[in-house]
Formats: sequence, C-alpha cells, structure tokens
Amino acid sequence: MQTRRETLKHSAIVAGLLATTGLFPQYALAAYNKTAFEAKSLAEVLKAIGAGAPVESKDVTIGGPDIAENGAVVPLTASTVLPGAKQMLILVEKNPAAMIAMFNLTDSVEANVATRAKMGQSSDVYAVVIMADGKVLFAKKEVKVTLGGCGG
Amino acid sequence: MADPMRIRAQVAGDKATVRVLMSHEMESGQRKDSAGKIVPAWFIQEVTATHNGKPVLTAEWGPAVSKNPFLQFVIKGAKAGDKIGVTWKDTKGDTRTDEATAS
Amino acid sequence: MKASKVFSLLALACLASTAVQAQKTAIQSIEEYRAMLQDGNPADLFEAKGEDVWKQKRGPKKASLEQCNLGKGPGVVKGVFVELPRYFADTNKVQDLESRLLTCMETLQGFNPVDIAKTDFGKGEQVIMTALATWVAAESKGMKFNLSQAHTQEKISFEVGKRLFFQRGGPHDFSCASCHGQDNTRIRLQDLPNLTKNPGDGVGFAAWPAYRVSNGQMWGMQQRLNDCYRQQRFPYPGFASEATIALAVYLGVNSQNSASIAPAIKR
Repeated sequence: MQTRRETLKHSAIVAGLLATTGLFPQYALAAYNKTAFEAKSLAEVLKAIGAGAPVESKDVTIGGPDIAENGAVVPLTASTVLPGAKQMLILVEKNPAAMIAMFNLTDSVEANVATRAKMGQSSDVYAVVIMADGKVLFAKKEVKVTLGGCGG
Repeated sequence: MADPMRIRAQVAGDKATVRVLMSHEMESGQRKDSAGKIVPAWFIQEVTATHNGKPVLTAEWGPAVSKNPFLQFVIKGAKAGDKIGVTWKDTKGDTRTDEATAS
Repeated sequence: MKASKVFSLLALACLASTAVQAQKTAIQSIEEYRAMLQDGNPADLFEAKGEDVWKQKRGPKKASLEQCNLGKGPGVVKGVFVELPRYFADTNKVQDLESRLLTCMETLQGFNPVDIAKTDFGKGEQVIMTALATWVAAESKGMKFNLSQAHTQEKISFEVGKRLFFQRGGPHDFSCASCHGQDNTRIRLQDLPNLTKNPGDGVGFAAWPAYRVSNGQMWGMQQRLNDCYRQQRFPYPGFASEATIALAVYLGVNSQNSASIAPAIKR
C-alpha cells in the first residue's frame, strides 16, 4: 500500500514537462471525442468512434449489481477473455449521454477494467469491446436503481 | 492543487491489480444549485496509467463517472517494487499525477 | 385422494419457498451492492488528508496537532476513537472526538472554536475537522468500543444522553427513539438499528464517520447527529454541544465491545 506521503512530486513535474515538449507522444493523449460522449445510444456512440455494428457475445462480461441502492455510485466492470481487445467502453443506455467511459488498452494490461458510474434511472448497462480486427462485441445486463429512503 | 490520489497496486503471480481513488467533484453539468442555477460541468476527461514509466492504459471519461472516481485495472508482467503512475486531466485543464509502488 | 393431497402440499411448499427466495433476492442484491463498494472507499481520500493535516503547522500559532491529547496521552492516536467520548481533566468535561479536536485546534493552534463550530459542514475548517476525524477513527478500525463510565461526569452524560434519546419534540413529535427505539424497523429500504441496546459490530455508532455515496460527502458523528435532528425537523443542538456529546456517550456505551468499522461507506 502506498505510503500516504510518498507521492513522488518530482515525477509529476517531469511527466508534465515531457508532455509539453511534444517530443514524447506517449505522454500526449488522443483528442477527446466529444461527439462520442454526447451520443445518446450505443449505435450513435459506435458511429462517433468509427466502429462497426455490435454483436452480442458470451465472451464479453458486464459486471455490476442487480440493484444499486443509490444511482450516484454504481460499480461496473467490463472484461473479455478474448485476446486482441483494443478498446473497452462502458455505457448506460438510459443516461442523458450513453457512454460513461472509454478505455484504450495496450498489451500490458488485461482486458478487465472497473469503475463507478452515475445512473439516472434503472437501465441496461453495456460493456463493449472493440477488437484489433475491428469486430465490435458487447454484453449487457439490467441494473435497477433505487434511491433507498431517508435513513443513514 | 487537487488532493492526492490513493493508489494501491497488489501483485499476485506476474500481475498487479491496481486500484485508484481520485479526489474530484465530477460535476456532471446537470445539477442545479440551491438558487436554481446549473452547476457547470467539471470532470476528469483523461486518465493515463504508466508502469515503470511506460504508458499502459489511457481512458477518456465523461461526466457520468461517479464523484471521487474509482478505477481498477490489471497490469501484466508486474512485480513487487514496480512503479505505477496515474495521471488525470480535467475539463478546467487541471492535472494531477501520483505514483505508487507495487507490493 | 392421498396422492393429490401430497401433491398440493408440495405445490404450496414450492410456492412458499419461491416467495421467500424472491424476497431474499432483493435484500440480498442490496447487500451485494454494498459489498461491491467496500473495496475502494473514498473515505480513504479523507483519511489521507487527515493524516497530512495532523502534522501540518497551522493556525495563528503555526503549530501542528501532534501534541494533541485525545485521551491516551499527547500525540497518541491509535485506539483513542473507541474510547471516546470520555472525561478530560484539562477541560473538566466529557468530550467526543470532534469537540476534543476543536479543543486542540484552539489551544495548540490558536483557532477560534466558536468560528469553527459556526462553520457549515463541508466548508472551511470543518473540512479539516472531518478529515481529522476520519483519520483518527481509521486508526482504531476493527477495535472494540470501550467507553469509560468511571467518572461521575461520564455517568451523568450517559443519563442525559439517554433522556435526550427518548425526548420527543418538533412538529412531528419525533425522538431518536421514534426511528431507533425498537427492533425490525426500517424506512423504505433502510434498516434502522435499535440503538437502545448494542446493535452489534459496525452498526450505528460503530459505523461513523462514513462516506455517503448519495451525496459524495464524508460525515463525522457530529454531522450524523445534526442530520438526525434535521430529519426530525428539530433545531440542531450545535456542533460539539453538550447535548450531542451526551447522545454520543449513550450510543457509545451501548456499543460496548462491538467493533468499529469506521470510516465506513454508506448509501
């Protein structure tokens, strides 16, 4: 476990400096895809990122609770056992904008990410995997959201 | 400057499970304040993770990621003592980088 | 005749068990949701900040809190949380964690305690206060509550707290006991623990400070009690007031030997 005080401040400064030189492209991120984050459906999201038609797949898993006591924090995981996954997306269908997050994978990480999303209401949630060969695979599940009452 | 992240990197075999907690409001831009005005959107848009200095994961986030975001991912070929770095950048251009040692 | 009777009995049994199972599933699902949140509690962020701030030279006197006596001697933080509230000779009163932190911020650092007590939760020095309380509580995580009732003032505080717990008031004529005075009570999906007796490990008094996901806020016990009074539509007794400390003594003594899970994560 990281010792709380030992954040290596000088590495933060170095990384920042390297990024601004423009000489180290690995520190510069691709332009933020605003359109994709405004898209209202899976189809619109995929169009915005230039991906093809999605196919449901048993090899992709969307993990999450069946019932979320509070829609402000819903733990969701996206994973696939298939090799060659390039990108993973997490979507909440009934949110004002469907896409929560987009992960760009390298060979150094497993195709297995988790985060927590805000859900406005009960909805299907999707894990979408874009493979190296362009195939688009997805899995979905329903997450019910309840506010849970007035207590502690 | 934003509060530090909490990063834990736990090694099992040749993999390290990294769990990150970031301190950020993640304001969606949909909420209204007590005066009825929309609270402007302010959220982390980009996240990068490095393993011994090499970028291994990047992510783009929207405003629907929860406040004080949690992120978990698994690095392949990791061992105790490796340095795991995480950087985030938000819509105001603020950025934060923190590092942890895998154990 | 016999066969059909057995069959119908079996059918009834099946229906009964499916009904029980369907009911269990909803509660089970909520429990699974809560379990999913345990790993990666944003309270960690406040804990880290609290540990940081404890060592920082702050306030008009530019001093740290490292000499603060929370009940086990100057600077001792481990184990103090599960013995609070307790009597302090230097102030000649029973104090809970937050009021004692306030004392230290005043005497060691020169802060004005009245100003801090008046500050809204989540603003200014109250943010620091919450972070400190979160860290101090974390240093006792898993330990069992063991409040002293040896001193006369501690005994009086308990009785005052008990009286306040049952005191009805406000437009709804609510008391703490209205929600927390009996077993098997809930509001919608929230189970309401019976706080007139020991509610067990990690429940009630043993679960605060906690991070509330619904508003993304870290709440100490003072804020928790404040909000209970708000829910009763009753005026808040005041930050670090005798009344809130007395209630904390009542709740804490009732939790004797139960384990603290603070800082916890809640809806």
